[in-house]
Amino acid sequence: MERIPILRMGPFLLITIQVDMHDKLAMQLQDDVTARISEWGSSGVLIDISSLEIVDSFIGRMLANIAAMSRVLGAETVVVGMQPAVAITLVELGMSLPGVRTALNVESGMELLNASLDGSQLGITHDSREA
Amino acid sequence: MTVVKREQMPLQSSGDIVMARQRVRQWATELRFSLVDQTKLVTAASELARNVLDHGQGGEMTIEVVNGLAKTGLKLVFEDKGPGIPDIEMALKDGFTTGPGMGLGLGGSKRLVNDFAIESEVGKGTRITVVRWK
Repeated sequence: MERIPILRMGPFLLITIQVDMHDKLAMQLQDDVTARISEWGSSGVLIDISSLEIVDSFIGRMLANIAAMSRVLGAETVVVGMQPAVAITLVELGMSLPGVRTALNVESGMELLNASLDGSQLGITHDSREA
Repeated sequence: MTVVKREQMPLQSSGDIVMARQRVRQWATELRFSLVDQTKLVTAASELARNVLDHGQGGEMTIEVVNGLAKTGLKLVFEDKGPGIPDIEMALKDGFTTGPGMGLGLGGSKRLVNDFAIESEVGKGTRITVVRWK
């Protein structure tokens, strides 16, 4: 079956969504991410959506679900690279991805994840995300 | 409104939703819609196509290039023979849903297009027509 690849980079998972996802592929990704977090004990998930030409409410909900599930498993999720036209459309649609951390690009996303990793090693709990 | 070009496609599986998105994108590009307008129209098409599948037990989409008064637009018609919508006003409210989604599909798509019309008859089906003008 077709799958979106999940790369392991140290304590983080790196996912680049490069295809126009059909619904089953999106659901599969949710299952795969949670399985990898628990298998590898990952503490962060970075999802690059710079190739996605649209994010509709279904994909938006999948991103929110991945962030929520990962959080329960102890991992941070950062969604990076959203195209400006996609951001405009998503907000107009009524979805501003609450509970999902976002960053402009992979680099700043990694910084966010590294910062949260440092924080958790110091025993700081992360409850700063708005629900 | 005069129809310049039209095409019909089935909406029976989640693969058909992907096809519908790609076809709307292709036509919107041909009409030289701006990137933001293309994205809005394709997103609305994706939401409405999913509604046909989730709530209408499948159906079809018709794409038309239409000429209005001194302007060109892309018209999309989504039709199903599903259970129909008993309360259209309620269905358009953000957050209202009878399915697995978030209830943003109808109200959200309405905001992404210029013209939006719902015809629905309980027990017979639903037809949603949207137009985005250039």
